[in-house]
Amino acid sequence: MIPELGHFALILALLLALVQGVLPLVGAARNNPAWIAVARPAARAQFLFVAIAFCALAWSFLSNDFSVINVTRNSHSRLPEIYRFTATWGSHEGSMLLWTFILGMWTVAVTLFSRHLSDDMVARVVGVMGLVSFGFLLFMLATSNPFLRMDMAMDGSDLNPLLQDPGMVVHPPILYMGYVGFSVAFAFAIAALLSGKLDASWARWSRPWTTAAWAFLTIGIMMGSWWAYYELGWGGWWFWDPVENASLMPWLVGTALIHSLAVTEKRGSFKAWTVFLAIGAFSLSLLGTFLVRSGVLSSVHSFATDPTRGLFILIFLASVIGSSLFLFAMRASKVGLGGRFALISRESFLMVNNILLLTATGSVLLGTLYPLFLDALGLGKISVGPPYFNSVFIPLVTPLIFLAGVGPLTRWTQVNVPELAHRLKWGFGASVVAALLLPFTQGTWQPMVSLGILLALWIVVTVAIGVRARVRTSAGWSANFYGMHLAHLGVAVTVIGVTMVSSYQVERNMRMAVGETVTVQGYTFRFDGVTDITGPNYTGARGTLEVSQNGKPFTTLHPEKRIYVASGMPFTESAIDYGLTRDLYTALGERLEDGAWSVRLFHKPFVVWIWIGSVLMALGGFMAITDRRYRASRKKGRAAA
Amino acid sequence: MKSRHKKLILIAVVLLALGAVAALVLNAFQSNLVFFFSPTQVANGEAPLERAFRIGGLVEDGSLRREPDGVTAHFRITDTAKTIPVTYKGLLPDLFKEGKGVVAEGRMNPGGVFVAEQVLAKHDENYMPPEAADALEQAQKSQKTLITPQDSASTQKGKQ
Repeated sequence: MIPELGHFALILALLLALVQGVLPLVGAARNNPAWIAVARPAARAQFLFVAIAFCALAWSFLSNDFSVINVTRNSHSRLPEIYRFTATWGSHEGSMLLWTFILGMWTVAVTLFSRHLSDDMVARVVGVMGLVSFGFLLFMLATSNPFLRMDMAMDGSDLNPLLQDPGMVVHPPILYMGYVGFSVAFAFAIAALLSGKLDASWARWSRPWTTAAWAFLTIGIMMGSWWAYYELGWGGWWFWDPVENASLMPWLVGTALIHSLAVTEKRGSFKAWTVFLAIGAFSLSLLGTFLVRSGVLSSVHSFATDPTRGLFILIFLASVIGSSLFLFAMRASKVGLGGRFALISRESFLMVNNILLLTATGSVLLGTLYPLFLDALGLGKISVGPPYFNSVFIPLVTPLIFLAGVGPLTRWTQVNVPELAHRLKWGFGASVVAALLLPFTQGTWQPMVSLGILLALWIVVTVAIGVRARVRTSAGWSANFYGMHLAHLGVAVTVIGVTMVSSYQVERNMRMAVGETVTVQGYTFRFDGVTDITGPNYTGARGTLEVSQNGKPFTTLHPEKRIYVASGMPFTESAIDYGLTRDLYTALGERLEDGAWSVRLFHKPFVVWIWIGSVLMALGGFMAITDRRYRASRKKGRAAA
Repeated sequence: MKSRHKKLILIAVVLLALGAVAALVLNAFQSNLVFFFSPTQVANGEAPLERAFRIGGLVEDGSLRREPDGVTAHFRITDTAKTIPVTYKGLLPDLFKEGKGVVAEGRMNPGGVFVAEQVLAKHDENYMPPEAADALEQAQKSQKTLITPQDSASTQKGKQ
C-alpha cells in the first residue's frame, strides 16, 4: 500500500512539474500575471509530492518490505536500521529520487527567499527548475521506478558493504546538494537569456545561490575522498577515477563561475561568459550524475542498467545542454559583454583564472570521456591513468594558485604594477626562502615539495597582506571579503596536505607473524594476531596492532577483515590513528599460514590537511553568503516594490 | 588605436597560452594512454614490450601461489584460449579469487611474465570487469566452441 502511494505521488509530482515548468514560463513571456502566479504554489506542491514519494521509499526500506524489488536488491533484514534508511538512496532508482527531492528543496528555497525579485523573474527561474524536475520524474517513472513490486522475497541481498558506513549517510545528500544547487544558477542564467535582463542585481541574486551550491559540492567531494581513504583499504585519497572526475568537473566550472559572477556583480563585465559558465556547471552536474549512476562507468556507484535508460539519458542530456546552448547562441548578444578593463587588472587576472579552470576541466573531460567514446565505437579499450592527470594538473594549478594570491590585492579596471610589486616583494622573497628550506625538516629535499610549500606560503602571505590592509583602513566587517580569504587559505592547507603525502608517504605491505614487530618512520608496530568477530550482518577477523614510539606504548589499532553473510563479499576495514602531522594507516590483507597475515602499514604525513583545507574552502563559501550586501539589497528591493 | 593594440596583444597572449596548454595536455594524454590486451593478443605478441598495458580475463583455477614473503603472488590470467603468467607484489584486492574476472596493469618482462603494478578490484562480487568479459568473449568467438567458463561471459554481459 505505502509503495503504491509513493508511486502515485510520483505521478502527481510529474504532472505538477509540467504545470510548474510550462505555465510560468509562458506566462512570463506573454506577461500574464495569473500564469506567472502559478510558479510558487506549483513548485511547493510538486515538492510536497516528491517528499511523500521519498518518505514512502524510506518507509519501505525501514519496514523491510521485500516485495519491493529495490528493497530486496539493496537491503537485508539484518542490516542496521541507519543503513536501511540510507539504502533509500543506495540504488540507482533511489538516488534519482533523492536528486529530485533535493531539486524540490532548492526550488522551494528559491520561492521563499525571492520576495525582492520581480515576479516574472521568479516565474522564469522556477519554471526552468520545473522543467528539469519534469525530466527527472519522467526518467524515473519510465525507466527507473523505485516502487516496482515482485513476489515477496524471503530476504534481501544486502546493501553493498562499502556503502555500510557512516560517511555514506551524509556523502550522497551533500554531494547532491552541490550538483543540484547549480540548477539554481542555471535557472537564473536561462531566465536572464529569456528576459534579456542581466544587470548587477541579477548577479547579486544568483551569487549566494551559486556559492552555496559550490560549498556543498566541496564538502561532498571532500567526504567522498575521505571515505575512499579509510574505506577502500588502500589509503589513497584521490584516484582520478571517472566517478571522482565526474564530481570534479562541475566543481572546477563552479569555481570559475563564482569568480566570474564576482566580476559581473562588481563591474558588470563577463556577462555572457557568466551565463555560459552557469550553463556549463549545471550541464556537467547532469553529466556527472548520469555517468556515475547509469552504469556507463563501472564502480561502486553504478548499477545494472538497461539500454532504454541509456537512451533516455542521452536524449535528456542532449535536450538540456543543446537547448540551453542554442538559447545562449541566440540571446547572448542581448545580454551583452559588459564593461571594459585594462590588460593588467583584477578583471584580467580573473579571466586567466577562468581560462585555467576551464582548461583543467577540459583535460579532465578528455581523460574521462575519451575511453568511453573509443569503447562505444568499438575501437578498443583503453584507460587513462593518474600520471596523465597529474602531469596536466600541476602546470595548470601552479599559475592558478599564484594568481589566487595576487588577485585579491589588485584593483579593478587597472593595476599599478610597480606599486603591486613593491607591496609583494618581501612576502614573495620570504615565501621562496622558506619553501627552499622547509623540505629539509622532512629529511630529503625534493623540488615538488618546495613548489607546493611555495604556493601554500604565497597564499598565506598574500592573505595576511590583504587582511592587514583592510584592518588598517578600518573598513569594517565584510563576510564576503573574509569568506574569500578563508577559502583561499583552505586552498593553501589542501596544497600542503597533497604535497606532503604525495612526496613523503611510506607504504609497507608485508607478511607479519604473531608477535613480529616492524618499525615505520619511528613507529613500531607489533602484530598480536587476530580474534574472530561476529557483527550484525557479517563475520570476520579483528587484528590487533600494538603501536609504540621510542619504546613507549602509543596506541592500539584494530583493522578488520569481514565477510558479509548475505552477499558473501569479503571486505577490508582499515584502522587509522589520525594526527595533524601524520596518519598511521593499517589494514589486513590475507590470512597466511600459522596465524600470520599479510598487513598494510602506511605512514601518511599531513594527509588530513587535504580535507581540513576543503572544509575551510566550504566554510569560506558559506561565510560569504551571509554578507550583509545580499540582505541589504533585499530590503531595498522590497522598499522599491 | 591604443586599446586596439592592447586587445591584439591580449588575444595573441591568450592564443599562445591556449596553444601551449593544448600541446601539454595532448602530449601528456598520448604518453599516458594505457591500452588493453587479452591473453590471446599478448600470446600472439600484439602487446607492446616497452610500455605498460592492461590485461584481463579469469584467474586460472589452481594457479595462485604465494611466495614465503606473503606479499608476492604468482597466478595466471586466462581467456580460455591462451594463458599468461602474472606476478604481483602487494596485497591483492578483496574480490580477487581464482575462477573470477580480473584486470591487471603492468609490463611484460623479457621472460614472458607479466609483472603487474596494479591489480584492479571491482566493488561487487558478481561484477565482471568489462575488459575481462570482452577478452573471454573474443576468445570464445575465435575458438568457435561452446566451452563456457563458470560465470560465462555471455551471462555476465547481460548484467552490465
